[in-house]
Amino acid sequence: MDLDIADGEFFTMLGPSGCGKTTTLRMIAGFEQPTTGKVLIDGTDVAGLPAYKRPTNTVFQSYALFPHMTLEENVGFGLKRKKVSKAEIKRRVADELERVGLSREAKRKPAQLSGGQQQRVALARALVNLPKVLLLDEPLGALDLKLRKGLQVQLKNIQRDVGITFVYVTHDQEEALTMSDRIAVMNAGHIEQCADPETVYDRPSTTFVAGFIGVSNLMPAVVKGSNEIEIADGPTVPSKDAGQFSTGEKCFAVVRPEKLTVSLPENAPGDQPGVDGIVESSLYLGTSTQMAIRVAEDVQMTVLVPNASEDARQHLPGGGAKVRLNWLPEHMHLVAESEADQPADDQTPTETVTEGVN
Amino acid sequence: MTSVRRRLVPYGLLAPGLIWLIVFFVIPMYYMGELSLKTGTIETGYQMSWAFSNYTDAISQYSTQFFRAFYYAGVATVLCLLIGYPLAYAIAFKAGRWKNLMLFAVVAPFFTTYLIRTIAWKTILDDSSPAVSVLKTLHLVPQDGRVLATSAAVIAGLTYNFLPFMVLPLFAALERLDRRLLEAGKDLYASATQTFLKVTLPITMPGIVAGVLLTFIPAAGDYVNATFLGGTNQAMIGNVIQSKYLVVRDYSEAAALSFTLMAIILVALIIYIKFAGTGALMGDEEEAE
Repeated sequence: MDLDIADGEFFTMLGPSGCGKTTTLRMIAGFEQPTTGKVLIDGTDVAGLPAYKRPTNTVFQSYALFPHMTLEENVGFGLKRKKVSKAEIKRRVADELERVGLSREAKRKPAQLSGGQQQRVALARALVNLPKVLLLDEPLGALDLKLRKGLQVQLKNIQRDVGITFVYVTHDQEEALTMSDRIAVMNAGHIEQCADPETVYDRPSTTFVAGFIGVSNLMPAVVKGSNEIEIADGPTVPSKDAGQFSTGEKCFAVVRPEKLTVSLPENAPGDQPGVDGIVESSLYLGTSTQMAIRVAEDVQMTVLVPNASEDARQHLPGGGAKVRLNWLPEHMHLVAESEADQPADDQTPTETVTEGVN
Repeated sequence: MTSVRRRLVPYGLLAPGLIWLIVFFVIPMYYMGELSLKTGTIETGYQMSWAFSNYTDAISQYSTQFFRAFYYAGVATVLCLLIGYPLAYAIAFKAGRWKNLMLFAVVAPFFTTYLIRTIAWKTILDDSSPAVSVLKTLHLVPQDGRVLATSAAVIAGLTYNFLPFMVLPLFAALERLDRRLLEAGKDLYASATQTFLKVTLPITMPGIVAGVLLTFIPAAGDYVNATFLGGTNQAMIGNVIQSKYLVVRDYSEAAALSFTLMAIILVALIIYIKFAGTGALMGDEEEAE
């Protein structure tokens, strides 16, 4: 695995549990040592250095606040070890607690705080040291949804303010898309795709990424030429990605649920590519209606229809109806099948992480 | 009906322990307190005479044995802590699949009675024993010296006998310690030593306090080790009380001695807990540096 993270970037490692994202983070932090490879921070190889000698700080999933110390002491812990003067510690700790909005609680112990507050202390305790890299291991994982949303915004703002490189680990794709400058989607110890959120969402490079980010609407297809593909058991449709594959190669066509339109075959726009299917279910989600449409025996497509008006919603085709799905040619992308989904090949991850290159 | 029953449940749960304490602790304490203020002999019977002189006698005549008891118990407790903490740490953190076996090994001596174990030490420390000749070869004991009937022998016996009482609460405290706190310490630039002093030690302090109390209190009142491993110059206050009760049969004096011992331990305990409860021992950052 080879990874470059730019200075001041909000970088996210996204993947299911066991994909190696936390291990990668722990190798940057120094809790685990790579068997081979390098971990470069600011051009210096820190592999082999113990955690306490690295210019990194971690926000732990469980916060790991020291229960016997007040918030002040918790936040001042790192500075104290670095032999910063007492006056400066006092000032920086106060500033940091101010930033996370916990000045009034400075003399309290962690057990007297709510989960969200503890999380902010954990952040302050790490940030106060002005690390070169801040490592965050699913820091919002234990919080409820509403709190999580609020803290996502706060985290992003803080990162923008301090300009420190954040390396963020999560399995929550929405969180990753909201906050990151760049996302590395990981699967079984390697990176499937590493790009900015828009690209990862709109132009997933593998079936795994397509499936992990959002709903996987994958139609198996065969490349017919430099600008068209034939959808299995379906029509031949134009594709500007086809040139990346060789003719005859198997691939998958992806269209995001909100980019699909659903209509009865007789009303379908004839100028757009489309496939036929049967409505299997229809689920009211408030702002939209989610429809499941079977287009082939083993291919099910999800469509999100915005609930623009009650009238339009009432007229959506019901279960069992024959419908046509259409999309604009630019909304369809081709992806290759993920390596991890194929029969296992010899996978020896070369643990090379490059970090904070200036 | 059910609400009445529900309200009675806590009392029902408390009852067995409460009755036990009353019958076997409160009532005997009362009689012993009364006895300690009486004068008389076992033949003539005891009369209540508010004889506080029993107490002044106890302290003035046996201050040496009192002092010795606390000195031996104190040294043994410190030794137990020094041996027990690394042991408990190793069992909790490093033992892996051997953890249960090692814990069993700590508790295993209890399968033999206290007396037998102490008498076994008498054999080990006997003048002609291989252990002592090894110590002599290493010049840790002078050629004409002996180990048995010395302070060292009594302290060694106390340390050995009370070690499990130190190890078990320490193990419980260390086992509960969240390992991620240690990672957090290292992450915040604390070396292994600093992490131990600033994180592990303060958080496991309740275990240390419990272990010290469980070791020191029974050790201070012990007479078995001094009886078998010490000579006349190693008599602890427990030996005095034992002989007053069972040999001399001066029950009043024995009761007064027991009460005095209890009072001293209680005062020491209160001071210790107060001290242990404040910042200095609980790893308060400001005071620790």
